[in-house]
Amino acid sequence: MTETTSTVAPTTEGARFLGFTGPRALAYLLFVAVICFAPMVLYPVFLMKVYCFIIFACAYNLLLGYTGLMSFGHAAFFGAGAYLCGHAAARWGLPFELAILTGTATAALMGLVFGWIAIRRQGLYFAMITLALSQMVYFIAMQASFTGGEDGIQNVPRGSILGLVDLNSDQAMYWTTAVIVLLVLALYNRIIHSPFGQVLRAVRNNAERTSSLGFPVDRFKLMAFVISAALSGFAASLKVVIFGIATLTDVSMFVSTEVVLINLVGGIGTIFGPVVGGFIILLMEHFLAPYGPWLMLVQGIVFTLFVLVFRQGIVGELQKLLRTRL
Amino acid sequence: MFDINVNLILGQMVLGLVNGVFYAILSLGLAIIFGLLGVINFAHGVFFMLGAFGAYMLGETLGIGYWGALVLVPLMVGILGIGTEKVLIRHLYKIEHLYGLLLTLGLALAAEGAIRIFFGPQGLPYRIPAELRGGINLGFMVLPYYRAWVVGIGIAVCLIAWVLIERTALGARLRAATDNPDLVQAFGINVPRLRTFTYGVGVALAAFGGVLAAPMAAVEPAMGTNIVIVAFAVVVIGGMGSIMGAIITGLGLGLLEGLAKAILPQASTTVIFVAMVIVLILRPRGLMGKMA
Repeated sequence: MTETTSTVAPTTEGARFLGFTGPRALAYLLFVAVICFAPMVLYPVFLMKVYCFIIFACAYNLLLGYTGLMSFGHAAFFGAGAYLCGHAAARWGLPFELAILTGTATAALMGLVFGWIAIRRQGLYFAMITLALSQMVYFIAMQASFTGGEDGIQNVPRGSILGLVDLNSDQAMYWTTAVIVLLVLALYNRIIHSPFGQVLRAVRNNAERTSSLGFPVDRFKLMAFVISAALSGFAASLKVVIFGIATLTDVSMFVSTEVVLINLVGGIGTIFGPVVGGFIILLMEHFLAPYGPWLMLVQGIVFTLFVLVFRQGIVGELQKLLRTRL
Repeated sequence: MFDINVNLILGQMVLGLVNGVFYAILSLGLAIIFGLLGVINFAHGVFFMLGAFGAYMLGETLGIGYWGALVLVPLMVGILGIGTEKVLIRHLYKIEHLYGLLLTLGLALAAEGAIRIFFGPQGLPYRIPAELRGGINLGFMVLPYYRAWVVGIGIAVCLIAWVLIERTALGARLRAATDNPDLVQAFGINVPRLRTFTYGVGVALAAFGGVLAAPMAAVEPAMGTNIVIVAFAVVVIGGMGSIMGAIITGLGLGLLEGLAKAILPQASTTVIFVAMVIVLILRPRGLMGKMA
């Protein structure tokens, strides 16, 4: 979380790609290469899940890493997006694009309300309030009838893109998800390096000074919160379409914890942290899941270790090593 | 929907008061730790759970019963807490508060995972001590003696903690150090040791709650997770300003939850969070808090 505003000045030298410059453009191309070749080694369905969580982690990092707001309740937005997208596709029969839009819009609206409530308090209170709000959403989801309780919303159809590309084949779904995650990463980078993103980082670094410069700090915080919530809902919607199911897990504290862990391991306040962290944490989960509680133990140890020793995360440490920004 | 039955309401409110005692004990510990250490102790629910498991283990291995556990387990867990603070948490005071939260979250996950590995996810039975079996007919309900005992001893412990913090020299140091640690340190008071001690006492309180809960609920690894989130909400509602605030808010919210169970059962799980939202909108600093 050490990036200063001085690095924002656009460099015209070096590689340039979709708004990524210098080393970041190379990192982006490396990610493109990984996306192209990974299906030869890992199941495409698993990789799609990783990409969804990378999008989710980007949404979270925008808030924690670049605005300095510690939310502990992003499961609420993820879960709401998942349920509403599933509901729209499975029961209203909305096509792929509109179902995802429904999930995203729901999460955004919820982000507006929760953000409006939570930004009344700062720091650790903000974390506690968002956690309590998301727990409330969890209990509501558990009792409401439209969520299907323990069964969740099942048999969500994948549909097709504009009626042209049939997404029922895993291959078509994989490349669609791949293009989406690459576009979202570019958008995320664009937001952070826009004048708006500059204000967000100013808020993170010194809210009082930013306010004294005439920026309405609370409004910027709320905007960041809504964007983050919307993007979380988008990630969840995409996941529901891919897997065809929305469940209580999507709205549980487990999801909130996971997205924090992804960013901590990858690097809070870095562009590529969510990507690296997403791969590592989901691979870890994938291989440890059969061993039940061992996953929890290992996650806890990884959490503790990174907080005490590698607070900057893997990408953060890499930045120090290579003396660059990723 | 609104079925007004006075006996039912009174009965549920008494049961709600039992829950309220646990909210008060947990949020009291959270509040003093948060005040002095600047850490949201996410592991608080795990220490509560360890209290229950500690009582279970003492009974299974050493044959020490409920009364022994009630004294020994908080001491043991308090020592564990002191070790945790000295070895891990104290490295994080100088950096952003958020890392303290993440560290205690990591510790909570690791500890709960380890307990699950050793004991499995299912609940273990713990018997109510012989002296407290049976119940008393209050006219509107039969109140088990054990629950009456929990309410009595729980409130007593909260009041003792309040007296210690508000009326003794040690408590005065604690309050002063919460206000301005650097100045208090300059007066020659060992603030780091005070922090270690505070953390130990805070988690010992949680473990005490865990022992109290063991005969009422199944002793299981997830027993602290939900209750600690409610305790967070209590801290937000009550505000950080006063210890009494945390106690009264905890008890009051337990009553509110009981009332909801009697009148509108579907709302009973969410009513505390709704109360938090209302308080945040009308009085953002909390009912009895100073602005943080």
